[in-house]
Amino acid sequence: MIRAHGLTKHYGRTVAVRDLSFTVRPGVVTGFLGPNGAGKSTTMRMLIGLDRPDAGQATVNGKLYRELRQPLREVGAMLEAKSFHPGRSARAHLGALAVSNGIPKRRVGEVLALVGLEAAAGRRSGKFSLGMAQRLGIAAALLGDPGTVILDEPVNGLDPGGVRWIRDLLKSLAAEGRTVLISSHLISEVAQTADELIVLGQGRLLAQATVAELSARASSLEDAFFQLAASASDYTGRTA
Amino acid sequence: MTTAEARYRSGAVRMEWRKLRTVRSTWWILALFAAGVLGYAALVGAGGPTQPDPGYDPTDNVLQGLLIGQLTLGILGALALSGEFASGSIRATFAAVPRRGRVLAAKAAVLAAVTLVAGEALAFAGAVTFGLAAPAGVPHPALGQLAGLRAVLLTGAYPCLIALIALGLAALIRHTAGAIAAIVGLTFVLPLVLLPLARHSAIIRLLPEAIEVNSLAAVKPVADQAIAVTGPLSAWAGFAMLCLYAAVALAAGGWALLRRDA
Repeated sequence: MIRAHGLTKHYGRTVAVRDLSFTVRPGVVTGFLGPNGAGKSTTMRMLIGLDRPDAGQATVNGKLYRELRQPLREVGAMLEAKSFHPGRSARAHLGALAVSNGIPKRRVGEVLALVGLEAAAGRRSGKFSLGMAQRLGIAAALLGDPGTVILDEPVNGLDPGGVRWIRDLLKSLAAEGRTVLISSHLISEVAQTADELIVLGQGRLLAQATVAELSARASSLEDAFFQLAASASDYTGRTA
Repeated sequence: MTTAEARYRSGAVRMEWRKLRTVRSTWWILALFAAGVLGYAALVGAGGPTQPDPGYDPTDNVLQGLLIGQLTLGILGALALSGEFASGSIRATFAAVPRRGRVLAAKAAVLAAVTLVAGEALAFAGAVTFGLAAPAGVPHPALGQLAGLRAVLLTGAYPCLIALIALGLAALIRHTAGAIAAIVGLTFVLPLVLLPLARHSAIIRLLPEAIEVNSLAAVKPVADQAIAVTGPLSAWAGFAMLCLYAAVALAAGGWALLRRDA
């Protein structure tokens, strides 16, 4: 269970997120939807304590992230795929993360197998393609077998087979009772993967509803999204 | 303490140790440091005076080779953190250990252990190499005397303290180029700038490089004109000053890590 309460974040004079409150419940895949710059990544960064909110707070299972003693065992996150040192192998990267949280060594092999990186595990990760980097990021997120999984744009850089794979993976994680939050700016992608949606625009919550509920508001989910986005004033480019 | 509790407490240190030894640059830098110190020791030993002045100090002469460590291990210290910001792996690190003070303390502990062992080993090995390379008649470093032993031990710690200063600077600056420029500026450029400007000022003797040469490594009184007026710091005062620099740099870096978004 992820809970955000009144999250607000400024960067200089720009307001990235304002008074954002929502709940992500376990057992379903929740999609974080919004155009570029809507505040999705900023919110996710605040969820795992990389950025400090100017106001409000975010909790996972009722606790602030920084209060978690072995956070990787409770929350697995991938914010940007390239969150590893290019000179270090995938196996060494995961091994270092594992020892930090008392995660048994065999998990490294397990998650490498899960994401299909076994053959490349000993190579310098700087040579990885975007898709492989993405898989390594997902492996790191799942390393501690966490009950909550947060992935920013997880399908980026994956080929169609990879997209299908991640979709099935997310659904099975949710079916196991985990809390799953993914972000995307691709409406069709989210529609196929998520059960619930949190729609952001200009750092504000525009809607939280199931995919079915939202789709029913207009002729399609995409139309419903653009109606919401238009309501958030100057998001849309002028056509005339 | 239970096993689980011990694992939790040692987790950050174990992670940093693994990270340091699983990038090749660490080993390249240590190899370069070793080659530099030993090569320098062999050269100054082979070229040592067979009819030395009474003021000739072979211990100081050979231990000045440890100044190679302020560049190499200074870079190692900067990279330990700036490399994480450059690659983005800092996100994974802070996600694993959200207490940033703990991350910096773990990095400092691992870096200090590695650089102290390397520095001490090479200070001794350098002194021995000097003796082996020196022609007959050249005085050997005073390893058998208390003052010589102290000089070797304190100078052996010098690269470690510079590495810790560099780590603190990297926590403040975050960029690799900026952090390396800062540590090189502090250790190499500042003396060059200050020496002509403040030749007889007491400031000179507080510079890290001056402390290494005139305070830590010296067994005999230093006859350097630049510090003749005020005289160098004593060995222990110089050592304490370097420890203070490292503590200030790490405290400032820790403060910046806690305050700024990652």
